[in-house]
Amino acid sequence: MKKRVVLPPYIFWLVTFVLVPMSLVVYFAFTDKNGNFSLSNLNDVFLYSNVFLRSIWLGFIATSFCFLIGYPTAYIISRVNIKCRKFLIAMIMLPMWTNFLLKTYAWMTILEERGFVSCFFQFLGIGKFSLINTSSAVVFGMVYNFITYMILPIYSVLIRNDRHLVEAAQDLGANQLKIFLKVTFPLSLPGVIAGIAMVFVPSVSTFVLSKMLGGGKDLLIGDIIDMQFLGSVYNPCLGSAISLVLMILVFICSGIMNQFVKREERTVIAL
Amino acid sequence: MKNIKLIIRNKVFLFVFVAVILVFLFLKSIFGNCQSFKKITINVYNWGNHISDGSNGYLDVNAEFEKRTGIQVNYTTYLDNESLFAKLNGSSTKYDVIFPSDYMIAKLIEKDMITKLDFNMIKNASTIDKEFLNPQYDPTNEYSVPYTWGVIGIFYNKKIVDDPKEKIDWDIFWNPKYKGKILMFENSPRDALALSLLKLKLSINTTKIEDLQRAAQEMINQRPLINSYVSEQVFDKIGSGEAALAPYYSDAYIVNSKNEDIGFVVPKSGTNKFVNAMCVPKDSNHKKEAMQYINFICNPDIAVENISHVAYCTPQSVVRKRLDPKVANSELVYPSKEILSKSFTYKNLPDDINIAVNNLWLKTRIDGYNGKLKLILIFLIFILLYFTILIYKFIKKRKEFKLYEF
Amino acid sequence: MIFSFNSSKSRILWTGFTFEWYKSLFEDKEILKSLNNTLFVAFTASIFATIIGTIAAAGILKLNKYYQKVILSVTRLPLINPEIVNGISLMLLFVFIHKKTGFFEQGIFTLILSHITFCLPYVVLSVIPKLRQLTPNIYEAALDLGCTPFSAFLKVVLREIMPGVVTGGIMAFTVSIDDFVVSYFTGGAVQTLSISIYSMSKRSISPKINALSTLLFLSTLILLIIINFRESKENIKKKELI
Repeated sequence: MKKRVVLPPYIFWLVTFVLVPMSLVVYFAFTDKNGNFSLSNLNDVFLYSNVFLRSIWLGFIATSFCFLIGYPTAYIISRVNIKCRKFLIAMIMLPMWTNFLLKTYAWMTILEERGFVSCFFQFLGIGKFSLINTSSAVVFGMVYNFITYMILPIYSVLIRNDRHLVEAAQDLGANQLKIFLKVTFPLSLPGVIAGIAMVFVPSVSTFVLSKMLGGGKDLLIGDIIDMQFLGSVYNPCLGSAISLVLMILVFICSGIMNQFVKREERTVIAL
Repeated sequence: MKNIKLIIRNKVFLFVFVAVILVFLFLKSIFGNCQSFKKITINVYNWGNHISDGSNGYLDVNAEFEKRTGIQVNYTTYLDNESLFAKLNGSSTKYDVIFPSDYMIAKLIEKDMITKLDFNMIKNASTIDKEFLNPQYDPTNEYSVPYTWGVIGIFYNKKIVDDPKEKIDWDIFWNPKYKGKILMFENSPRDALALSLLKLKLSINTTKIEDLQRAAQEMINQRPLINSYVSEQVFDKIGSGEAALAPYYSDAYIVNSKNEDIGFVVPKSGTNKFVNAMCVPKDSNHKKEAMQYINFICNPDIAVENISHVAYCTPQSVVRKRLDPKVANSELVYPSKEILSKSFTYKNLPDDINIAVNNLWLKTRIDGYNGKLKLILIFLIFILLYFTILIYKFIKKRKEFKLYEF
Repeated sequence: MIFSFNSSKSRILWTGFTFEWYKSLFEDKEILKSLNNTLFVAFTASIFATIIGTIAAAGILKLNKYYQKVILSVTRLPLINPEIVNGISLMLLFVFIHKKTGFFEQGIFTLILSHITFCLPYVVLSVIPKLRQLTPNIYEAALDLGCTPFSAFLKVVLREIMPGVVTGGIMAFTVSIDDFVVSYFTGGAVQTLSISIYSMSKRSISPKINALSTLLFLSTLILLIIINFRESKENIKKKELI
């Protein structure tokens, strides 16, 4: 009885606001300006290959940095006592809850040539050091903005792990390193993979970071899409084609990720 | 037991507290929105920093308009003509007053996107100088009312740039001496390409693809020298010495500013002259109010305050006479006849050339077209990886299945 | 983590606690207006998303496995998709409908619709685990005891899954407040806070933004403290009950 009343509005919503828009993207990707079928847009996408490559590359670097910083952090947090843990998690959530643009804007002023970081380095005697307007600044922005998405899933997996397994390994004579490599790390793999997906996707598709931190020199896919729709180069068909390719890339990635994660864990991680 | 009760009461108190705050915020936001729903709101879409907002001690123009007429102004900004066109064309937002430049007005007229103005309602338009009437972009003078004008020149930091002022020309942007100190236009394809066309001594209205390609190549060559692509931050960056050189629109900022380091020069070899004018899009919902707004802006009393802040040149000599004489008589702001005789206004280009210009500009921004093969390779690797995993899992499952059978 | 401290602290250092900027911040109509818009959109969107999402979650669990899987993966689409693709696809939809019928002029209404859309998965996915934990017969028991289906749902089921609903709602609210990309593409001429910050960042640097970020930072800090406080109280309560 009930499901008949309850579900149709939701399904209607999903169809109109999720599926139809996405099929519109596909539709526009395959039509030219006069509404005829054409493949030229998809062909043109490859003109922007180096933007794709740059985005993937920067996304990859940012993801690895996130992992290298995020995993130890999550590990440490999951090991300390509960009060401390709460505090640390709150500290990590804090930047996540401030506006993304405000954070980036703050970094703009800090990384400037006369900014905080450069003053600091000058103070240390290393000399003038300017990060802003380089691609390292963009990567830095990505790492800073998305690292929470790496820490939280790893942490939530680590915390649910059974302590007894570690103890058992200890009893069986494994040393710390071995325990970590053979027990803790494999068990935390789902969290790691979820974290990688959650960092990689937004950093590949980010669209204001490069303008704000990179001085607009290294445009990323997001910027190009923006330019095709609301920016200087108005061409929504090409924009849709680029988004379509981006979408496919992301779906392949998430498909790969999904293979590693068990079904029940997926819902947990999605949150 | 008592303890629990206390805790519960505490929790309830907290909950109520949070709820009250939330409800208050919610009601406030609804109230704020209702207020603007009741009144007529016009959407004004202007260039960034192109109206007096009350920040420099001059009149807040929009607030004054709201006060006098009771019409609300929703004021938003854009960065260049092309994004204005994209927004008008590619989104279903309805604007009431827009401020495109010369060539974009011609394009909008051609595409039938702006409406004829009702000059009975814009009585103050009579104060516009004769030389700005019936311009080539709007020959019948029916669609637009000039707002400001100016030329593109070079802003530089006097401490860093040691070339004599007379010798500064467009090719200074290609001078390796200033590597990492050069700023460029962030968004406007026409302006950016015009720069290298001017350097190459070609017409900025060229329709020859070869010329445009040459210009684009120049821009790509210039890339290693560039500090960043910015729009309105040129003054900050040059003032602080982070950058040394930037092409930008002539602006009385240079006269008003206390920063002695910033210099401005319009190269003798010629430049671009632009006029920004007010227009009303065809699909505007409040055309009458839009006309009222334009009339209000043209009112000399308002325009004096407005232009004092905006600091571009005014097309109303009535207004110019009442400006601060330091600005009104400055050759930096109001270029001499000699410069004006060598400055060109953009013409509206045919559609296909426009597309070519945009694409070439984008090409310069992304550092050329390359890496196609690599991208395909990466895609293939991703797909292969996916399938190997799938196949591996499939095989594993079958093995497990067999195990179960035994 | 160290970075978070670093940035926030230097932001505070930057503003230096002169009240002038705060004053000018509160006099800036553009920012106040966009703050108003942001709050309005976030409240409406999160409330609607919570209601629709909770009901939908209840409905989804009644389906058989296959349909459940299909609907859940469609629900998850906006999460997997890059934000920018969500934004442009919704924009294309609104423009398309507008060209055909004249409805959906971009403005606050489309903004709310798109916010509901990307808030929904957060609600649905946080309610479903709670529903799964629910004792399966509790709903029927309520019906047997003479409740109407509606009141049974309201009084029994909703009460049990309330934590999930609240988490979902809060999540939807924060996501909606924080959103920039989707609003940028679907909001038309409506300025939300993120959009005005974006357009401010294009202009010459103004200390107002620092004042604004300090204020926002403080308010999130207070919110977090309150939530933590609540959670720890809840924990104590649970322990005592055990």
